[in-house]
Amino acid sequence: MKEVEKKKYPHKHILGIEGLLPPDINYLLNLSEKFSLQLSKREKSSFLSNKTCINLFFENSTRTRTSFELAGKKLSADILNISVSSSSIKKGETLIDTAMTLNAMQPDILVVRHPDAGAVQLLSEKVNCSVINAGDGPHEHPTQALLDALTILRRKKVISGLKVAICGDILHSRVARSNIHLLTTLGAEVRVIAPNTLIPYGIENLGVRVYNDMRLGIKDVDIIIMLRLQLERMSGSYVPSIREYFRFFGLDREKLNYAKNDALILHPGPMNRGVEIDSELADDLDRTAIFEQVQLGVAVRMACLYALLENKK
Amino acid sequence: MKKNPFNTNKKSNKNYALLNGLIVDIENSEFIKGTILIKDCLIEDFGSHIKNSQISNNYEKIDCKGFIISPGLIDSRVQIREPGLEHQETIKSISKSAACGGITSLICMPNTNPVIDQPALINSIQRKAREIALSKVYCTGCITRKLEGKEISELQLMHESGALGFTDGNNSISNTRVMRRAFKYVKSFDGLIIQHPEDQSLTSEGVMNEGEVSTRLGLKGIPYYAEPIIIERDLWLVRETNSRYHVNHVSTAAAVRIIRNAKKEGLNITCDTAPPYFSLNEMSVENYRTFAKLSPPLRNESDRLAIIDGLKDGTIDAVTSDHTPQDQDAKRLPFDQAEYGAVGLETLLALTLNLVHNNHLTIFEALKLLTLNPARIFKLKSGTIKIKQDADLTVFDLNKSWKVDPNKFFSKSKNTPFDGILVEGKNIMTFVRGRLVFSN
Repeated sequence: MKEVEKKKYPHKHILGIEGLLPPDINYLLNLSEKFSLQLSKREKSSFLSNKTCINLFFENSTRTRTSFELAGKKLSADILNISVSSSSIKKGETLIDTAMTLNAMQPDILVVRHPDAGAVQLLSEKVNCSVINAGDGPHEHPTQALLDALTILRRKKVISGLKVAICGDILHSRVARSNIHLLTTLGAEVRVIAPNTLIPYGIENLGVRVYNDMRLGIKDVDIIIMLRLQLERMSGSYVPSIREYFRFFGLDREKLNYAKNDALILHPGPMNRGVEIDSELADDLDRTAIFEQVQLGVAVRMACLYALLENKK
Repeated sequence: MKKNPFNTNKKSNKNYALLNGLIVDIENSEFIKGTILIKDCLIEDFGSHIKNSQISNNYEKIDCKGFIISPGLIDSRVQIREPGLEHQETIKSISKSAACGGITSLICMPNTNPVIDQPALINSIQRKAREIALSKVYCTGCITRKLEGKEISELQLMHESGALGFTDGNNSISNTRVMRRAFKYVKSFDGLIIQHPEDQSLTSEGVMNEGEVSTRLGLKGIPYYAEPIIIERDLWLVRETNSRYHVNHVSTAAAVRIIRNAKKEGLNITCDTAPPYFSLNEMSVENYRTFAKLSPPLRNESDRLAIIDGLKDGTIDAVTSDHTPQDQDAKRLPFDQAEYGAVGLETLLALTLNLVHNNHLTIFEALKLLTLNPARIFKLKSGTIKIKQDADLTVFDLNKSWKVDPNKFFSKSKNTPFDGILVEGKNIMTFVRGRLVFSN
C-alpha cells in the first residue's frame, strides 16, 4: 500500500476510463479493495464528514444512485439526491444553468447521470467541484467498469492476459465502452459479440475483435460480460424478436460450454431473464458474480469519492 | 381421353436410362452425346462410355434422340399464392405448372396470406410441397414483419428453417435505415437480400411506363428511374456491409448499366430479369391490355434491347418466370384498377430459348440463366448434372414449335401477355429427384 499512497489519482474528475493510465486505474482498484475490506467489517469512516455530495440523476436509476448514496454515507458525507422528476429541468432550465445553480451551493462532489453522451463533461466544465460520471448516454460508465474489474480481480487475481467477451447491445452500451477501455488498458484480450445491427461502426479500432457467432466468440474465454438489451430494441428495430435473440445471443449452458470451464459471468443488471441470460444460469452462484458486482460497487464508489477529495485535503 | 401427363405416384422409384440424348455439361458449355443412368433418385452415371447393350433390365429405357437433357430448371421468383389466395394458385397447381414447364425447383416469394415472416410457415409450405412431390419448392422470407417495411422479421430463424433469401416481395423497402439494418443483420449468416427495385413514392400512382404511350392512352406513368434510384441507394449499403444483394426483374437500361458498373467495382450483387422484359415493350399495353400490366411495367424498346445486352454480357445472372397468378376478376377491369403481373412457368423455357433462336445467346448461355447461375446465387445443390447429385432433369426439344394457349396451362390462372404467339422449344420430360414427374 505504501507505493499506492505515493501516487494519487491525478485528475480532478472521473468522467471516463478512456485516457486513464494503468497506474490511475490500479490506484482506484487498490483503493476499492481497501474499502471493500472496511465494508466487510461494517466500519464507517469519517473521511468525508462536513463534505457535500450531490447525486444529480437526469435518468432513472436505482442501483447506481443508491450505491453512490451508500458509498457517501459510509464516508460520512452529506448526501443530496436530485432526480429529474423533481428538478427544474422539466421547467425548461438548461443543463448549464442547473450546473451554475448547484455550483452556487458549493458541493464538494457532483455525481451525474445524463441520457446524452458528453453532457457530464459539459457540466464538469461549468462547476468548481469534482464530478463523477455515473453514466452519460452510450458513452461511458466508469464506476461500473471499475467494479467489473474489481470483481474479475477478486476471482482471477489478474486482468492482463485474460480473454473477455462482452456480449449484447454494444451499440447503446456505455458499460461496454468503459469496460473495453479499462480491460484493454490493463492488457486483457477483449471480444464483443452481437448481431451486426448492435455493433457500432469501427469498434475494432478500440482494440477489440467482433464476433457474430456467440459460440465462436466465447470460445475459451475467462470472463463473459452480458449486457442488458432493452425490450423496445427487440421487436424488429435492431433485433427481430426475443426468441430469435435468445436463440443466437442468449447465454445458456449449451453456449457456456464453449467458454473455459471456470469462466465467470458478469452482468451489470438489471437482467432480462430469458432474453440475454438463461434464468436458471443467472441464479448459479458458482458461475455468476452478479451480486458480488453490486457489493463491490459500493466499495468502488467510496474509492472514487475518496480519490477525488484526498487531493484537496 | 388424353393420359395424365403427371406422375403423382410417390412410391414409384424406377431406375431410368435416358439414351442417345445431348447431355448438357453446363460448366464447360458443351454437349455430351450419350446416356444418363438414374438410380435411387440420383444420377448414377452419364456419358458416351455407357453402352446401351450393357444396361440391365432394371432400368426403364427412354430414347432421347434429338432431345437436349439439361439440368432441371430453377425458377427463382414465383408467387405461390397458397396459403391465402388458393383461387389463383395452389401448391399443387403450381407444381404441375412447373413440371410441365420443365422447372424442377421453385423459389417462392413470401407474399402469401399470411405472409412468410416466421419459420413455422416455411416448414408447412415445404411439407406440403414434399407431399405433392412434383417439384422442389423453396421459400424466401419477408425482410420486414407483415411486409410493412418497418421492423425486421425473424431472419436468422427463417434462415435455419430453409429460407434461401429475404425479400418484401412486390414491396420495395423505402426506409433506408430499415434496409441498412437488414443488410447488417444478415451478414453474420451470409443471408441474401432480394430487392424489388421501385421507388414506391414514384410508382404508387402510376400504372405503366411513363412515356409517349402512357400520355396517348391517358394512363398515369411510372418514370423509368424509379428502378435505378433504389438500386443505387442499396449499393451504398452493399458497399458498407458487403452482404449479398440480388435485384429482381431488372427492366431498364439504366439499371443494367448500374449493375454492370457495380460488378466491375467488385460489389456483392446479382440480378435477374423475366421474359416479358426482353420479349415485349410498352406497346403491348396498347388497347389497354391488362394482361400486359406488369410490375415493373414494360418499358420502351431501347430498354428491352439493353436487357438483352445485359443477358449477353453476363450482367444479368438469371431469368425467372416472375410467375404472378391473377384470376379473371383481377384482370378484367379498367387498366387503372387491374392487378399487376403475369403467369410464366409454362412459357419460361420457350421464351428464353427464343434468345437462342434469335442468335442473341448460345444454348449454354441461355441454360445457365435458368440452371447454374440461380443455383449459385441461392446456394442450391442443383443446376448441374453430376454423379451422386439429385436427378433433377429437363428433357426438351429445342426446335419444336408450339402456340401459347393459356387454356391449356396447368396453372390455375391464365393471365399471360403471350397469348397466341408461336414459340420454339418444348419441354418433353421433367425428372425431380429421379422421378419422372411429367412426360408429354
